[in-house]
Amino acid sequence: MRGKKRELPGHPMDRLLRVDRIPHIWCSGCGIGTIFGGVLAAIQKLDIDLNKLAMVSGIGCTGRMAGYIKVDSFHTTHGRAIPFATGLKLARPDIKVIVASGDGDLFAIGGNHLIHAARRNIDMTVICVNNLNYGMTGGQQAPSTPLGFKTTTTPEGSPEEPFNFCYLAAACGAVYVARWTALHIRLLTNSIAEALQKKGFTFIEILCPCPSVFGRRNKMGNALETLKLYHDRSVIKNEIDPKEAGIDLFGEIVVGKFVDRERPTFIDYYRSIVCHETPEDNVIRIAR
Amino acid sequence: MRDKAVEKGIYFMNGDHACCEGAIAAGCRFFAGYPITPATEVAERMSIRLPQVGGIYIQMEDEIASMAAILGASWGGVKAMTSTSGPGFSLMMENIGLGVCTETPCVICNVQRAGPSTGLPTNVAQGDMMQARWGSHGHYEIIALSPSSPQEMFDMTILAFNLSEEYRIPVLIMADEVVGHMNERVVIPDIEEIEIVNRAKPHAPPEGYLPYRPGPNGVPILPNCGDGYRIHVTGLTHDERGYPVMTADAQAQMVEHLVNKIVLNREKIIKTTSFYLDDAEVVVISYGITFRSARSAVEQIREAGVRAGLLKLDTVWPFPEELVRSLARNVKALVVAEINLGQMVREVERCAAGRCRVHLVPHHGGAVIRPERIIEGIRAALKRKRNR
Amino acid sequence: MKKRERRIFFTGFGGQGIVMAGDILGRASAIYDGKHATMTQNYGPEARGGACSSQVIISDEEILYPYVDRPEILICMSQEGYTKHVKNLVDDGTLIWDEDLVRPGKGNKSWNILRVPATRIAEEMGHKMMANIVMLGFLTAVTGVASADAVRQAIKDSVPPATVEANMKAFERGMEYGQAVLKSRSKGNG
Repeated sequence: MRGKKRELPGHPMDRLLRVDRIPHIWCSGCGIGTIFGGVLAAIQKLDIDLNKLAMVSGIGCTGRMAGYIKVDSFHTTHGRAIPFATGLKLARPDIKVIVASGDGDLFAIGGNHLIHAARRNIDMTVICVNNLNYGMTGGQQAPSTPLGFKTTTTPEGSPEEPFNFCYLAAACGAVYVARWTALHIRLLTNSIAEALQKKGFTFIEILCPCPSVFGRRNKMGNALETLKLYHDRSVIKNEIDPKEAGIDLFGEIVVGKFVDRERPTFIDYYRSIVCHETPEDNVIRIAR
Repeated sequence: MRDKAVEKGIYFMNGDHACCEGAIAAGCRFFAGYPITPATEVAERMSIRLPQVGGIYIQMEDEIASMAAILGASWGGVKAMTSTSGPGFSLMMENIGLGVCTETPCVICNVQRAGPSTGLPTNVAQGDMMQARWGSHGHYEIIALSPSSPQEMFDMTILAFNLSEEYRIPVLIMADEVVGHMNERVVIPDIEEIEIVNRAKPHAPPEGYLPYRPGPNGVPILPNCGDGYRIHVTGLTHDERGYPVMTADAQAQMVEHLVNKIVLNREKIIKTTSFYLDDAEVVVISYGITFRSARSAVEQIREAGVRAGLLKLDTVWPFPEELVRSLARNVKALVVAEINLGQMVREVERCAAGRCRVHLVPHHGGAVIRPERIIEGIRAALKRKRNR
Repeated sequence: MKKRERRIFFTGFGGQGIVMAGDILGRASAIYDGKHATMTQNYGPEARGGACSSQVIISDEEILYPYVDRPEILICMSQEGYTKHVKNLVDDGTLIWDEDLVRPGKGNKSWNILRVPATRIAEEMGHKMMANIVMLGFLTAVTGVASADAVRQAIKDSVPPATVEANMKAFERGMEYGQAVLKSRSKGNG
């Protein structure tokens, strides 16, 4: 048996994975694995030099992506993936940087960093997996938890309105903003590939089932039922003002590519304004 | 670009600026920081100097981000630094821990001011000494230096970078408001005279390479991001592969390693400067700006016939335990002068272990301790009955 | 030989170049006179009232305690600075003030008291903000705390290139005024 197993062809993604770390820690039914597959597929598709690609993550279920991808990967502190990635990118503009983390990591504890990195237009792609709560620690309230939904810290239902992450990222200056669900895997893969090719701060939010924690507590049924909900409720509205692109689990879940624009990055401005390496006019022209 | 990196000459310069010149001479090419009195001049000068040498300066949104950014830059293979003071130093603690755990070379200059909280933003203190040692959670070792003049700000910043590269650890420069803001002569030597240490790089093939296996001096030889090793770096407890392992055994192995790489090399790391220890019956122990008052006191009291010596701690962490232990065996008293109500004195007491008197000359912060107070302290220590 | 430290204290208000004066004096001594020099500035409550001061210690030996608690030379360019710091001047100290800005009280008989219309001279030259440089010229002439050449060099290092010439003139005017004061005194004494 053993000999036979060795002869099995490897998985096409193996070169992108730390196969010695599999099995992963994600629950069955969790959407992160699917989304992670989308990230890897996009990298595969673009044929990026894997020695010049880095993934930085914070803390949480999604943060563990950095532990499974076989590129230089940094699992940092809670909320601090973006400033760490900022330092890495500015020190090494030749390295493509992906930040993968959850909604709580990126928008609660790390919210301040995200808005400033978007404002500065630091060249990185942020993959934000939104499972509407803190899954790893058993399901506490997140800045994405919908009003009235239950978590272990809002047992009667959350008394807070959640952020619209895409609206926020767009307002802060992200040059690419999209939202998908874990069900839209092809569109997601293409979207990640598109974002990775863009220069500047690109942001993709992916709505993700969390059946064993959030789903269970809010009686949303199993993972399949959550995916069915995504299927029934999600509406693709490309180019729509992200302000209008809400997530309503009882109404419309708006997905699509909302923003795709050009803006000079921090490094562009730094080289022209601070170092006088490139004529300022060029950069300012791009800015307009 | 190198001619601009070390601008040889004799300058009249403040300590904050001298710190920048030391950093750039040492090879620092990335600075992330947040303005805070009395460390702002470090950021300001870095914003001018780094672009001149092909480096990057960025003002981050806070000190948490600043600390995270220098770790990221360091993994990119670029020597990186930040500077701050009390409130910002508090914010940096979490990611200093990440730097310790992931063995990331970097330098943090803390120009100390009086606390707690906002305290006296424009006035001196040495109240962050224990925070430097234990400020991030968990058990670890750290390296911290204490400059007493602008010249030492230059010299010790170079030393800080060299130590951080050699031992792969965040190195703290525990300066203070007076040293940061005072102007004095600073001699910047020829580039050839400056010793620069760069982190070791792996030569083994990436396949099967164990990045976190301790090297010959106990320090792992880690690749930079982009070197083709495609390693995993985590703040979780990890094994020699760098992979998370959630067991007490792995924890023991990792913490033991992080502690030992400093403890077992402490004789190479620790630097002190001694004055009149040979005949001393009482020794003053001091560091940073307070050392200058202590030296003035010792010179004066020796003229009055008291056999006083002086130990200046250039390295405050790791603490020179053996030296203080042996002093305690040979003197009547150790006098510790510091601008806090007793921090490093705890280390001195621990090492003296009752073998001699230990007398503290404290200060609440806001001003430099005057030499006369230390003279009084020396006299009081000699008169005092043996404690404990 | 017992080491000799010269302790100089400049006081005035923001915008007069008080810190710059201290910096130039320290620079002159530390770089061009080959001595040790330490310059510290006063922060804290003083900064709020617009008051400011700088302190310089000049010595043949390494300078330890860096502050001037009891100056031997006190230069006052504001009434507030005079009132606040005059009590700290040592016996036999030198007290210098800008005669248009300070109305002095009763002094200590042992003091060497000198006054100079530094701001007025600078104004007459068309550069009011160079009063600090006039004062440095005067200080250099009457105390010899630093050599004139060293101070000239330090001024060149410190001021914007376009203003070097004007600043040098201001310095020389201060020097001349100081030399004239010394001359009239020695005559008076003789």
